[in-house]
Amino acid sequence: MNDPSLWKVVFGRLSWSSFPFHEPILLGTFIVVMLLGLGLLAVVTRLKLWGWLWREWLTSVDHKKIGIMYLILGIIMLLRGFADALMMRAQQAIAFGANQGYLPAHHYDQIFTAHGTIMIFFVAIPLVVGLVNLVMPLQIGARDVAFPFLNNLSFWLTVAGALLVMASLFVGEFSTAGWLNYVPVANLQNSPDTGPDYYLWALQIAGVGTTLSAINMVTTIIKMRAPGMTMMKMPVFCWTALCSNVLAIAIFPVLTGAFALLMLDRYVGTNFFTNDLGGNPMMYWNLVWIWGHPEVYVLVLPVFGIFSEITSTFSGKRLFGYSSMVYATVVITILSYLVWLHHFFTMGSGASVNSFFGIATMVISIPTGAKIFNWLFTMYRGKIRFELPMMWVVAFMITFVVGGMTGVLLAVPPADFVLHNSLFLVAHFHNVIIGGVVFGLFAGMTYWFPKAFGFRLDPFWGKVTFWGWVIGYWIAWTPIYIVGLMGTTRRVRHFDDPSLQPWFVIAAIGAVIILVGILGFVIQIAVSIKNREALRDTTGDPWDGRTLEWSTTSPPPAYNFAFTPVVHDLDAWYDMKARGHERPSGGFLPIHMPRNSGAGVILSAFALVLGFAMIWYIWWLAALSFAALLIGSIVHTFNYDRDYYIPAEEVARDETLRLAAAEA
Amino acid sequence: MAKVSNQAEAATAPTFYVTEDDHAHSGGSTLLGFWIYLMSDALIFATLFATYGVVSANYAGGPGPRQIFELPLVALNTAMLLLSSITYGMAMIDMEAGRTRAVQAWLAVTALFGAGFVGIELYEFGNLIAEGATPQRSAFLSGFFTLVGTHGLHVTFGLIWILVMLVQVGQKGLIPENRRRLTCLGMFWHLLDVVWIGVFTFVYLLGALR
Repeated sequence: MNDPSLWKVVFGRLSWSSFPFHEPILLGTFIVVMLLGLGLLAVVTRLKLWGWLWREWLTSVDHKKIGIMYLILGIIMLLRGFADALMMRAQQAIAFGANQGYLPAHHYDQIFTAHGTIMIFFVAIPLVVGLVNLVMPLQIGARDVAFPFLNNLSFWLTVAGALLVMASLFVGEFSTAGWLNYVPVANLQNSPDTGPDYYLWALQIAGVGTTLSAINMVTTIIKMRAPGMTMMKMPVFCWTALCSNVLAIAIFPVLTGAFALLMLDRYVGTNFFTNDLGGNPMMYWNLVWIWGHPEVYVLVLPVFGIFSEITSTFSGKRLFGYSSMVYATVVITILSYLVWLHHFFTMGSGASVNSFFGIATMVISIPTGAKIFNWLFTMYRGKIRFELPMMWVVAFMITFVVGGMTGVLLAVPPADFVLHNSLFLVAHFHNVIIGGVVFGLFAGMTYWFPKAFGFRLDPFWGKVTFWGWVIGYWIAWTPIYIVGLMGTTRRVRHFDDPSLQPWFVIAAIGAVIILVGILGFVIQIAVSIKNREALRDTTGDPWDGRTLEWSTTSPPPAYNFAFTPVVHDLDAWYDMKARGHERPSGGFLPIHMPRNSGAGVILSAFALVLGFAMIWYIWWLAALSFAALLIGSIVHTFNYDRDYYIPAEEVARDETLRLAAAEA
Repeated sequence: MAKVSNQAEAATAPTFYVTEDDHAHSGGSTLLGFWIYLMSDALIFATLFATYGVVSANYAGGPGPRQIFELPLVALNTAMLLLSSITYGMAMIDMEAGRTRAVQAWLAVTALFGAGFVGIELYEFGNLIAEGATPQRSAFLSGFFTLVGTHGLHVTFGLIWILVMLVQVGQKGLIPENRRRLTCLGMFWHLLDVVWIGVFTFVYLLGALR
């Protein structure tokens, strides 16, 4: 304590001043989070649920449970990311003229950085990955994914990344350099504190998880489809999941590489992105946007798949233009890799380069437009049931088309020179991400919830969620489009021009309406759990579905299908129902399944400690946790006993119970 | 009732379920998955190559490639790595023939060549740093050390993996799991060779021409 050098060896640059005792907002948040966390731990301990939690969930290699855990992670982080959004909206609504608002500049910068980082990396990605995990193996008639343990590890690495971001709220500070941690702000010279390091380590660890998960999903789709399911008989959601994950494999390594180079700059003193000794900051921008633009499609393609499944199911028709839908998805996948430069037309790469990227960007709207028409034609002359998932589809189509058009507008380089870094751009990407990805995720969660849990979500609170989001989106973002078109730039904490204030007040009101939607969703889940007996679905097929996930009971058994289905047609389950299939009631066989493993949790915990130690320059702990990570991984490979058979009698008992429940 | 696998019957009443024992998980998934992983790794190298390409002439008044590269040393290094790929291939031939001892011997030889490669690279790096050509000196040197160093780091992890496989083959023999792992390790090792050909050509040979 008295010896500063000893302190430094033991704790690195961590000190008492790293904790935000002097910031009342942070301290209050910290106390609330701690109380909630301790309360949760106490409840789990009190109910003696630790063993159950560890055996059934944390160590589970069941793709359905991992999918559900991803969804829970995404929803929790949504609350955090949305709290950031509300704080920004409140600040911008009041900070005019003499009023400086309530957030200091440094804190405000951290909030907009954290908001973007969290919403993309720890909300959108986990929710999309979660739904793919939950649904895709069921849709292809598989019993699990290709690498069940890797799936568990991927999830926990994502959690480790999310924990680091959350830790930055209370220990030290987060990056102030925007959601992609831009240099030169993120260079050591300009941000000597922990901010960019938290960002880099959190996203490197989570990024490894995402890459591994993408490899897993692609292998699963290629190798594990049910007999008869050729590629062109695969449900559209699986196609979009395939393209999305192929794209993720193609882009995440670039992000990992770019972040690694920035880490070297910050830790070793290399000169990749510095402003002197030959460094080139724009190289960082190019690399992160080679990741960044396709990432939008990594998120939105599976969501297009969700909309396709829902439109077809609730219109009672086969999807219009299935093969054009598949080709459109593939074309978007390829084109999305060729447009990254439109994020910085202002870099000065010249007219020819800008024209190429501008035109490539505009071309993407063609396959996307084809998809919209396909959904419309699927609805045309269909017997449409306007249940909640279908309502989301319609809201999506109306909202997303506007976002698509402002996107094409921004793709014109001369227009972009005016609108670059304006709030018009911010309104555009919120338009496509909320109107596309978020609406689609809610549609998907509502649609597949009964499959995952065996009961439906409460429709009343679902409608509160729906209207809160849809009305809230339009009220929150239309004014931002307008002020953006008038030239207001993004990431601004305080305005001089009082004539802008009404627009920001309207936007803040919109954000509060979205809050109603978010709270409505949380209440919806609570109410649905409470009324689960009334909402129970015993058929396994509550929406009269068309694809294989609806052919098994809900929630599906660990092995998904007692007998692997044989596919003859697109919309395999519809085909089975139409041609009078009969579920075998005997002749069960033992089923080969992967064993649970705690290694994923343990290795991710080591990765978390490694990240924290590196952020705070606690070198001994970093070395120790790195060694633990390496040795732990090697020890794990010495475990050859990774699978087991569920005996035929157990399968028979389970299936008989499920059939009895379905008939009762 | 449960068995409707008969062909003639299937023509009238189609089969909707597999009612016989099906062997789902096979080694094929692992090899494909590992291959995809290697492609993602190749993209990390692509990122480093691209970055090196952008900064490769930014000497910032420091030494350029012609002053610092020693081609004979690099030639020796390249020979080490190429030979290690051949010896790994020998290990695979013996694996197919089921000769455990020979597999272990060839793996050990491969590891020696690999260790030689890493040793020479460290010697080269040490010399450069002693001359003042450090990674911090210029963007060119940052790019050079990072690209070559990342490759070296991969070889080092490959070495650790070979040692682990030596132990595991010793413990369990050439069981299917170990064969699968050796195949993956082989793909990894050969990919590093391919990447090295790129490094050798674009960094060292083209650098010497500058």
